[in-house]
Amino acid sequence: MIRYKSNLIILMVSRVVSPFIMLFALYVIFHGHYSAGGGFQGGTIMAASLLLMRLAAGREIAQLQFRTILGTPLGSIGVLIYFGTGFMAMLAGGEFLNYGFLPFAGFQAAELRSLGILMVEIGVGLAVMAILVAIYDDLLEGYPHD
Amino acid sequence: MKIINWLLLISFGALLVYASFGLPNRGDADAVMHREKSPAGSQGASSYYIRNAYKDANTPNMVTVILADYRGYDTLGEETVILTAGLICFLILRRKKKNSDDPI
Repeated sequence: MIRYKSNLIILMVSRVVSPFIMLFALYVIFHGHYSAGGGFQGGTIMAASLLLMRLAAGREIAQLQFRTILGTPLGSIGVLIYFGTGFMAMLAGGEFLNYGFLPFAGFQAAELRSLGILMVEIGVGLAVMAILVAIYDDLLEGYPHD
Repeated sequence: MKIINWLLLISFGALLVYASFGLPNRGDADAVMHREKSPAGSQGASSYYIRNAYKDANTPNMVTVILADYRGYDTLGEETVILTAGLICFLILRRKKKNSDDPI
């Protein structure tokens, strides 16, 4: 079995690159209204940054960044954000997922739809990021850690 | 048997290539799916989306509007699929603590 050996160059490059990947992921999520992007793509890029630290620094240090136990609950919270956005619109008098009825004062219906799309994208991004990291951690379960 | 397999494979591939000639050209404005009315006479969805996406949602990116607003149920289902995949991986691969000295 190949043992993992700590490599200083890989660790340093990953430490420098990982925050920029995270920043780009946030850009992709929040700029989905104006260019190519959105929740799925941004969540995947965010997960790539977390997985890079998991691969480069090993399990112990990566646990400080994103704990294994957080994966599945955060994914559920992401789905709940999506569902809650639709349900809030339903409680406020519209149809399910009709963002024009979201109960925020001082917005036109079109602006409310834009806001609803943003909330939904955040939920999707959170769920995709957490689930991808959780699947990686599950696959690594039982593997001898160093 | 092997020859029959290859013949089936090649004939099916040829059928797919032949069928692809019937597709409309990319960006063809006169294609059936881009017409104002569908062949059944109902209002076409795609032309409505193209005309009204910015007016309805105040968002310049038409794809985002279709993905998250017009087709919101679809995206909710996709996200549920991803969550289900994660939960299944959790249930299958995560081991209980008491079996931790068993061989994998």
